[in-house]
Amino acid sequence: MVSLHSYLILSAILFSIGTIGVLTRRNAIVIFMCIEMMLNAVNLTFIALSKYLGNLDGQIFVFFVMTVAAAEAAVGLALMIAFFKNRESIDVEDLNLMKW
Amino acid sequence: METLFFSIVAAIAILMSILVIRCKNPINSALSLIMTFFCLATLYVMLEAPFMAAIQVIVYAGAIMVLIVFVIMLLNIRTESGRRTQHALFLGAATGLFLLFQTWYFLSRSSLTGAKGAIDSAAIAKVGHTELIGQSLFTEFLLPFEITSILLLAAIVGAVVLAKKKV
Repeated sequence: MVSLHSYLILSAILFSIGTIGVLTRRNAIVIFMCIEMMLNAVNLTFIALSKYLGNLDGQIFVFFVMTVAAAEAAVGLALMIAFFKNRESIDVEDLNLMKW
Repeated sequence: METLFFSIVAAIAILMSILVIRCKNPINSALSLIMTFFCLATLYVMLEAPFMAAIQVIVYAGAIMVLIVFVIMLLNIRTESGRRTQHALFLGAATGLFLLFQTWYFLSRSSLTGAKGAIDSAAIAKVGHTELIGQSLFTEFLLPFEITSILLLAAIVGAVVLAKKKV
């Protein structure tokens, strides 16, 4: 029997790796993938707690998180394509129109 | 045995997620991320959530990652133009490690509290996981479910408008 603690620690590690990726990469698509990874780490937390508490509500939340991630993927990638058409690049350093 | 299996799957998941942020080529990152999703689906099966494992593979590894790989290939980006400066790399890694330490600290000092629900292995084996999820989704969570459909409609319209030639 694997303890709940192991699942939560694994989820924390994945979330931190995702955070490091978001903060250190420049390619917008890789940043986007890191955000998906962070969402998945939270999903793992929800499902692990749902099992150890004997309640299915956490899994319903995972269902909604996945829906929001799908919507986010569609809109985010459309935004990246629109940006690429304008600037010929998807480097986040080039997103400086509102930079002071 | 179960602990050993968990350790192997968790190690692969962590290794692949490190590859996601280390690979120069975005396609390699995307493939590593798909592998991470498969590892998480395996963990969902171990946590007695087979329906969640199925939609993890179908929706995440299937739909969302296909979309991402498709966009990477459409835009034809091979490698990053340049790295961030050393300061930014250091600060990013320090923030991530601090976050990890913080979550680890609080998790190791906390314990599971709260009322235990009625769903256990026997109930899932008897009724079926998908049926339990469906019952909960279409009775207790009906309103969020309907709101989600509006969200998806807005996302479809938004994506089409954004990807048009002239906005």
